This record gives sequence, C-alpha cells and structure tokens, in this order.
Amino acid sequence: MVAELGHFALILALAVALVQATVPLIGASRNDDRLMALGRTAALTQAFLVVLAFGALTQAYVTSDFSVANVVDNSHSAKPLLYKISGVWGNHEGSMLLWALILALFGAAVAVFGAGLPDTLRSRVLAIQALIGVGFLAFLLFTSNPFERVVPAPADGNGLNPLLQDPGLAFHPPLLYLGYVGFSVTYAFAIAALLEGRVDAAWARWVRPWTLAAWCFLTLGIALGSWWAYYILGWGGFWFWDPVENASLMPWLAGTALLHSAIVVEKRDALKSWTVLLAILAFSLSLLGTFLVRSGVLTSVHAFAQDPARGLYILGFLLAVTGGGLVLYAWRAPQLQGGGLFQPISREGGLILNNLLLCTLTVTVLLGTLYPLFLDLLTGDKVSVGPPFFNATFVPLCAPLFAALCVGPFLGWKRAELWPALMRLRVAFVVSLAAALIAMTMIDSRSTLAALAFGFGVWLIVGSLWALADRLKQGTLRTTPRATLGMVIAHASLGIVVLGSVATSAWHTEVMQTMKPGDRLSFAGYAVQLDKIEQVQGPNYVAERATLIVTVGGKPYTVLQPERRLFTVQRRQVAETAIQTNFLRDFYATLGEGDPSQGWVIRLYLNPLAPWIWLGAAFMAFGGFVSLSDRRLRIGAPRSSKTRRPAAQPAE
Amino acid sequence: MRRAIFILPLLTLALMAGFFAWSLTSGRDPASIGSVMVGRPAPKLDLAALREGEPALTDALLKSGKPVLVNFFASWCTPCLAEHPLFTRLAERDGATIIGIAWKNKRDDALKWLKRLGDPFKYAGLDLEGRTGLDWGLSGVPETYLVDGQGIVRLHFRGPITERDLNERILPALKGAK
Amino acid sequence: MKAVLALLLLVFAFPAFAVDPSEVLPNPALETRAREIGRALRCVVCQNQSIDDSNAEVARDMRRAVRERLVAGDNDAAVFDFMVARYGDYVLLNPPFKARTLILWLGAPLVLLIAGSALLLAARRRKAVVAPQPLSDEEQRRLDSLLKG
Repeated sequence: MVAELGHFALILALAVALVQATVPLIGASRNDDRLMALGRTAALTQAFLVVLAFGALTQAYVTSDFSVANVVDNSHSAKPLLYKISGVWGNHEGSMLLWALILALFGAAVAVFGAGLPDTLRSRVLAIQALIGVGFLAFLLFTSNPFERVVPAPADGNGLNPLLQDPGLAFHPPLLYLGYVGFSVTYAFAIAALLEGRVDAAWARWVRPWTLAAWCFLTLGIALGSWWAYYILGWGGFWFWDPVENASLMPWLAGTALLHSAIVVEKRDALKSWTVLLAILAFSLSLLGTFLVRSGVLTSVHAFAQDPARGLYILGFLLAVTGGGLVLYAWRAPQLQGGGLFQPISREGGLILNNLLLCTLTVTVLLGTLYPLFLDLLTGDKVSVGPPFFNATFVPLCAPLFAALCVGPFLGWKRAELWPALMRLRVAFVVSLAAALIAMTMIDSRSTLAALAFGFGVWLIVGSLWALADRLKQGTLRTTPRATLGMVIAHASLGIVVLGSVATSAWHTEVMQTMKPGDRLSFAGYAVQLDKIEQVQGPNYVAERATLIVTVGGKPYTVLQPERRLFTVQRRQVAETAIQTNFLRDFYATLGEGDPSQGWVIRLYLNPLAPWIWLGAAFMAFGGFVSLSDRRLRIGAPRSSKTRRPAAQPAE
Repeated sequence: MRRAIFILPLLTLALMAGFFAWSLTSGRDPASIGSVMVGRPAPKLDLAALREGEPALTDALLKSGKPVLVNFFASWCTPCLAEHPLFTRLAERDGATIIGIAWKNKRDDALKWLKRLGDPFKYAGLDLEGRTGLDWGLSGVPETYLVDGQGIVRLHFRGPITERDLNERILPALKGAK
Repeated sequence: MKAVLALLLLVFAFPAFAVDPSEVLPNPALETRAREIGRALRCVVCQNQSIDDSNAEVARDMRRAVRERLVAGDNDAAVFDFMVARYGDYVLLNPPFKARTLILWLGAPLVLLIAGSALLLAARRRKAVVAPQPLSDEEQRRLDSLLKG
C-alpha cells in the first residue's frame, strides 16, 4: 500500500514538475505575476510529493517489505538498520530517487530563500530546475521504477553489497548528490540569465551562495569516498584515478573555477560569458558522471549495473540539458556586455589564470578517462590510462596553480604590480623553501619531487594565512569579512591536503609477514605480537579476527584487530582494516589469508600525515561554509523594483 | 571569429556524444581486452605431456603444415565444461588436431576430468605453474587459439567457444588453411 | 637512529595489497623495482587495478614473471616489453607515447597553450586602454582654466 502511495506521489510530482517547467517561463516572458507565482507553489508541492515518495521507499526498506522488488534485490532482514536505510540509495533506482529528491528540495529552497530575487529571474530558475526534475522523474517512472512489486514476495532479500555496508559509504552518495544537484541550481541561474539576456553583479551575488553550498558538499562527498577507499580496500591507497572517481573530480574542478569566476563578475562585472559557461559545464560534468557510472561504456570498480538502454536515455538527457544550454550559450553569450577592463597583472588576471589552469586540469582528467573508449571505437586498439598518466600530467599542472593561489589575494583589482605582491610573501616563500629542504635532507633524499610537493603544501598554508597578516598587525582581525576568512581557511586547508597526500604517498613504510599466534615482529620502533586469531560472528557475516598487541619500549601502546569478513548471503569477503591514528600518522593493519599450519599474512603500514588528507578536505568545506555564512551573501543584492511604467505626470 | 569561439563547447559536446552513442549501439564490450597474438607467430610451446608415456610438447607441433587448435582448460573451470563437447565434435567429426593444455590443474584432476568427459586432444600438456599461459597472453581459462600450418596465430578466443564461433570462424579457418 | 635505520631498511616504494611474503625478492633493490613495475602494469582480468593490488591468478603469474625477469638482469624497459608482447599496450597503466596516443598526451597542454595565447593577445589589446594616458597640453590648459574659473 505504501509503495503504491509512493509511486502515485512520484507520478503527481512529475505532473507538477511539468507545470513548474512551463508556466513560470511563460509568466516571466509576459511579466505576468500570477503565472510567475505559480512557480513557487509548484516547487513546494513537488518537493513535498517527492519527499513522500522517498519516505515510502525508505519505509519499505526499514520494514523489510520484500514485496517490493527493489528491496528484495538490495536488502536483507538481518542487515543492521543503518544499512537498511542507506540501502535505499545503494542501488540504481533508489539513487535516482535520491537525485530527484534533492533536486526538488533545492527547487523548494530557491522558492523559499530566493524571495530577494527579481521575479522573472526566480521564475525562470524554478522552471529550469523543474525541467531537469522532469527528466529525472520521467527516467524513474519509465525505466527505473523503485516501487515495482514482486509477487509472490520472497521470504528474504538478496542483501546489500558488503562493501556498501559501511558508515562511510552510507553517506557518500547523499553528499555527492547534494553537490551535483547544487550545481543544477547554478545551471538554472545561468540559463535564466541567458534567457533574460543579462548577467550582472547582482546575478553573480545571487549565484554565489548556491555554488558555494554545492561545492562544499561535493568536497565532503569526494573526501568521504576517498577515506572509505583508504580504510576498506586494504592497501592504504586513497585515490586511484578510477573513471568514477574522475567523474566526481571533474565537476569539482569546474565548480571551483566557477566559484572564483563568479567573484570577478560580482566585483568587476567582467568574465561574464566564461562564468556562464562554467555554470553550464559544472552541472553537465555532474550529468556526465551519472552517465559514465550507469551506462556501461566504461568498466570501473564502482560502476552500477551496466545497461545500454538506460545509457541511451541518460545520454539523451545529457544532450538535452548540456546541448540545450550550450546552444543558448552560443546564441546569447556573445551579446553579454563585457564589463570592467583590467590589465593582465591584476586580481582579475590572476583569477583568469586560475580559470585557465583549472579548466586545463579538467580537460586532462576528461581526456584520460575517455581516451581508451574513443581509441577503441576508432581503431579497435586497447590502451589503458592509469595513475602513472595522471601523475605525469595532472600533478605538474598543479604547481603553477598552487604558486599563483597565494599571490592572488595580494594583487589589486584592475591593475597591480607583481613584484610588490611577491615581496609581501617572502616570508612564506622562505619557510616553504626551508620545508622542502628539510624534507629532502632529513626525511627522504631519494625523491626531489616529493620534497618539492611538500614545499608547495607549506607554501599554501603559510601563504594563505599571510593574507591576514596586515589585519593581524593592525589588530582588525576580528572584523575580517567572513568571505575573506572562508577563503583563507579553504586555501590553507588545501595545503593540509597536499601535505597529507605527499607524506602518505611518498614516505609511508610497510612490513609484511606470515605470522602464527605468538609470533612477534619489529616495525618502525614498535613491537607487534600476534596474540590470537579467532572466529567472530557478526549480524550478517562471519569473520576471522586477528588481535595484534603493539608495544613501545615494553609499554603497551595499542591493540589492533583487523578482520576478514565473509558475508554469508552474498558469499563475499571484505577486509576490515584496523587503523590507530594519532592524527599525525596512521598505524594500519590488515589480515590476509592463512591457516593454523602455515600462519596468516599480516601487513602493517605506517602512513605519515594520512589523516590530514581528510581533515584538510573537511576544513576546506568548513571554509566554504564560513564564506557562505557571510551576511552580505544572505542579504543578497538589492532587489530591483519591478519596472512599472509610472502614470503619466504633467511636467510641473 | 569571436562567434566561433562560442560554438566550440557545443561542437565538443557533439563529438563526445557521438562517440557515446556509437559505443552504446555498437554492442561493444567495455571489458574486452583484445588480443595481440593474432597475426603473429605462435608463442613458444615447451611443456611436459599430460598423459603418461607421451613425449613433451614442442613448437614442431605448431609448424606441421596443418592448422591446429590450442585449447587451455582446467578441471575446476565451469565454462570449460560447457565448451568441451564442441571440441569432442571437432576432433571426431571434422578430424581437427587439437592440443589441450591443462592450466593450473593437478595432473590427476585433469586426467580424471578428461576420462569423464572424453579426451579429444591429439596432444595434451600440463602447465601447472601457468608459465606457458603467460607466454600465450592468457587471461584465464578457457581460451582457444587457432594456429595455421606455418605457425601463425589466426584466431584467439577468450572464454568458451560457441556453436557460432565453431561454424562461422573455426571450421572455415581449418578448411581454408588446409 | 636505530628507528631511522629500520625505517630505511623496510622502505618500499608503495604498499601492495596482494603481494605475498613468499613472492618478495631477497634483494631489496630488485624488490623495489618489482613493486614500481608492478604498480605500472594492469591486471588484465580486473577492473582498473594494478597487478600489485590484485589477487587474481594471472596477476600473481605476472608478478612472478616480473621478478624472474629482473633477477635475470632485464632492465625496466625490457620487462615492460615482455608484458606488452603478451598482452599488448592494454597492460601498461602508463599509456605509451606514440602516434595513436598523441592526442591523449598533448591534448590538455595544447588547450592550455592555445587558450593561454588567445588570452594574452586579448590582454595586450586591452592594456593600452586601461593605462592612464597623460593629458595633452591642450587638455591640460583646459583643465587649468576650468579649475581656476
């Protein structure tokens, strides 16, 4: 019964979305208040209906209603509650419903918080948002209905992929989707602006909070996914340049460029067409990611089930959204009036360089991900593009980006002098150089690149914080606008991420040994003894657990208990690593195969600064949220009064 | 000129979408890894015989002037079970010379399996450690190669062969190369 | 100091999940090279994993073959050629630089170059406009008279 209600709610939502996609647009072009107001009502109604539908599916999962096909395929009565809930979006249909939910909720948010927007702009944005919603709702209803019934209902389900039964991965999709869908709002703003024929500082001021919010969530989503891979896959790697990882990185890069480009539009009324293009591209890359994951054109560890028919539908949708946007762009963008002029050496120039480098980075990732497909189609040749390629092409390009990043805030708008700006950063430069030299001489003399990267990380932190140096000297730190504070936090946190990545990748240590209970080994100053191996029963799995007692200088330090879990329903093995962290390094242990006669393979790793990767990313998002909380963004640009022809007044 | 720049993103999209549509409609398998052996001289063959008392397998078997099929199999491999009757038929009905190589299989297990299902192999070898498999670019079992009389690999099937493969590609190659 | 020494002795270039203790070469320099090469070779039956990270049978065979070739004295290029001869360019996680992959390697740098040059040209055209032009004598006289009277 509940599933049918959910299904019906979804159908109603599609109908409402269709209305929301058309009527406000007509209202905007005719300047008809009533038609435009319908946009707000429709957005709120649509959100309510999709929430109902999502609630219905969640209820089916929580109560283990196995008459619903989706629940049968992806759930099991013995699963812990948290994973019953996260199982809702751990499959294709459910995750599409989550997309639709977040789309509708964002639409409602624009309707509620966008009261300060001019009516025509707001109705157009709501209409575009609804248009996208129509696409997703139609996709759901016609090809991926989560509410299909199964008759007769089986006694139990097939269970959820064991890899997904994990707190980290439970929240990874919602955060990612908040990011992807957040970019749909900026896309809607861009299309609305092109339709209006006007991009101005006010528009940029309105776009910024939505871009920031989307960017923050996407940052968190990517970081969570990376952290999960680190502790579940068992070998200390955290980024593999897998196509699906790349699919989430590309919108992030474009979104970062968009964020910075919008600042120039807001402050100097320049870079308009570039900003609009980035807004279209950020969301298009999100859709591209969805396409790559679900269509089956690429193989990946992460991909959902492959289905060419679904793939064609998503491709069609991608073409409609991106193609439509780009057609509008090609037609209208040339008419956007260029604004303030500026010299190459200026804050604007710096932000253009930023745009350029970020876009090149995006192209690099795009090429690397799609080239094997293109080559295979054209020539039948098979070629692989893996981490070595990206390390050779992506990483070096980050160097000029990082170098310029700290200099930018010291350049003035319109025209500036480079040398004085550089001189102001001389302390940061010296400190970074020293850090690189220390890394080279004292930590590891084999890799100059690692030392250089380490220096860049320090440069990012010190150089970003230096932007507050003047305020500190004058004692006006407390009145720093939150947007500036957010910028400093985010930029410095990027440095923390860089330091963590370099240290873990270049300077970790490992030891691997076959051990029997009672055996000891010595590792990096720690004495590790394998105390016992025991069988453990979990809610839906059986595991082999090792107990490793770690002592330092005879004194007990910690106990690590890595496991190997066998999920009985799916008959799959998943390794549970044991990690002990002191926030400066991770002590990482995994249990391999083994038996009592030969012993078990135990692997131990020391990953220096690994926690900084995810803490840094979290701080980056935090910086974004601080920026978001700036009052200037919430007040928004002044609302332009409706243009009404004044009643004819006799000249007095 | 300026106008042209604005159309560039759209053109890029069209190009990419074209490739995607092509990929989705071509029925291509994204997981296929291709084969570099086809058209090249067959790799080395230097194996102990699987069956007692037989001489070791050597390259000479591949350059006899007659085309041969080389089939890598294992008793623990389920698809091998599915394709095996086709080899039996090839050997009995069409008189094909088939070399069977047991890959990562204990000698006794492989022999028992062949005894149970029938032994179509004129020659049979044992590749316990997988070294021969590696030399032949094997990615698993079953895999089948067709080597012509001069020792050049003409066909390479990854996975079990089907009736269709048999009729459309293997039999014509066997007859044609004679 | 002893800890640092222990650290140095146990340093490997990268962790490898699937490498067995029994596979490790006694010569640490060779083992390091084996790990680096293993990181750059693709497991042909997995989805996007290197042979060092995969438990597949074929991956194990490839790891063993890499170590045997290194012990036999091959240099890194020869080991890669060995694998390419058997599995094609597909097995290289670092795509080769040849005619077929020119666009892959040069595409992004080219975009950077072209876009960068276009922007620089546009910037040069604008530069003249923004720099404040000094007043001509005529204009200076007019300004003075306006200011005075």
